[in-house]
Amino acid sequence: MKTPGLFSTSGEWLKGEGPYHQIVISSRVRFARNLKNHSFPGWAKKAERLQILEEIKPVVEALPEMQDSFSEYLQDLSALEKQVLVERHLISREHAAKGAGSAVVMNRKQTLSIMVNEEDHLRMQALRPGLQLKQTFKMLDKVDSALEGKLDFAFDPNLGFLTACPTNVGTGMRASAMVHLPALVLSEQINQVIQAVNKIGLAVRGLYGEGTEAMGNLFQVSNQITLGEKEDEIVGRLNKVIEQVIEHEQNARHLLLQKKIGALRDQVGRGYGILTHAHSMTSKEALNLLSFIKLGVDLSFFPESCAAAVDELFIETQPAHLQKGSQQKLAAEERDSLRAGIIREKLKSFPKPDIDAARPERDGPKEKDDE
Amino acid sequence: MVCDVCKTNQSTVFLTQIVDGKMQKVNLCESCSKEKGVTDPTGFALADLLLGLGNAQDIEKGSSSQKCPVCGFSQADFKKTGRLGCAHCYETFGESLASLLKAMHKGTSHVGKVPARILRTLQTDAKMKDLERNLENAVRAEDYESAAVIRDQIRQLETKLQS
Repeated sequence: MKTPGLFSTSGEWLKGEGPYHQIVISSRVRFARNLKNHSFPGWAKKAERLQILEEIKPVVEALPEMQDSFSEYLQDLSALEKQVLVERHLISREHAAKGAGSAVVMNRKQTLSIMVNEEDHLRMQALRPGLQLKQTFKMLDKVDSALEGKLDFAFDPNLGFLTACPTNVGTGMRASAMVHLPALVLSEQINQVIQAVNKIGLAVRGLYGEGTEAMGNLFQVSNQITLGEKEDEIVGRLNKVIEQVIEHEQNARHLLLQKKIGALRDQVGRGYGILTHAHSMTSKEALNLLSFIKLGVDLSFFPESCAAAVDELFIETQPAHLQKGSQQKLAAEERDSLRAGIIREKLKSFPKPDIDAARPERDGPKEKDDE
Repeated sequence: MVCDVCKTNQSTVFLTQIVDGKMQKVNLCESCSKEKGVTDPTGFALADLLLGLGNAQDIEKGSSSQKCPVCGFSQADFKKTGRLGCAHCYETFGESLASLLKAMHKGTSHVGKVPARILRTLQTDAKMKDLERNLENAVRAEDYESAAVIRDQIRQLETKLQS
């Protein structure tokens, strides 16, 4: 491994900062781009894929943003290392399955990651903590403009950027935000919100994108349409919708505090009890319980200084992160026992939930009673 | 709105289907909807209908055996993978893709970012067409003085393009 530091330090976006970070975990924008004179990766033979890779990789590495970057061929990464990158959302699950002929280049801060020969020749993505869709888009747009000066992208004046899958043609852009919505789930309003969001052409998915289950009350909201709408319009619309989702979640939290404080205390207390005493725990159970601890921090059941520890546990209890330190691959039961141990250790310093301290959000919900 | 299948009758049946989490829409006239068996949702796949890949009917006549001249990709391959072979496939299968894109997206033309290099070429092309049209008009009007000026402008643009 050329950059041993990469796997031990977590990316900037994992540090749990940024606007609305209590509800919006991260903002992400990706562009799909292809070279004009080559078959798409899924159709190109291995020799052509290698040729494409050698054409693109040096250009990407030469970007000013990629100084001191982490750049690896997929065949040189172990299954565990690939999985760590997936859990950090730096590469896709599809890309992790690739071997020779594919590569990944990412910056030291882990806010910019460029996959070569995923479904398209280039899949570049920018990732930032909290709600920063517009800034994230600008960052990636700059990288794209620098690359298009050096690489001949497949572009049609009428259809825009041409991509392997017709669902991406046009802007080739997918913008998304990862949101934590425990109160909307608890108050059973989440399906209504998802349906409303779907109706205006946005998709809601689980933690790891398409076809994945929603765990830990985490959801990804992204645009579906890539043709017939400008990039900044798509980003602006998504941003507006996310702001509304935040408001709904804040109102739901407010309402839980006022009307269902008993049920809320029960959830947070149970989560705390199990997490601090369990000796075997699956990653799904951990995420679901940690979600209530995170909510508990947001609502002052726990001191604010506990926030970072909870955010760290969200990622450190994922299967590959868990095994980072171990020499060999662990069996499922060993992982579950190790996970429970890590959580118990980290929550040791946590005080018991202060059930009387709970008060409305620190971010300040929209006060409507004053009018 | 005209029927997506026969492209002549007014459509009265508007169908939305979600396949693999992707929304697809189709507009059909009454007779086409009956013919395609839209009334039986279980035996009906929208993508097949739109792309003419279904076992029942071929919408794009004789196109399922058509191959991309650049990369050798066929419509049967698309049915298997849902992905295209190369950038040129968009031209090869343009007609079949048009209805699919229309169903998937907001519009049928790109309005977003254009790579700077391509933008310059497009602008030069447009300017060239303008000049050529002006030249034709000038010649037709027997205004040879203006024609000579325009001709020089075209030459200038051409040398700029080559450099």
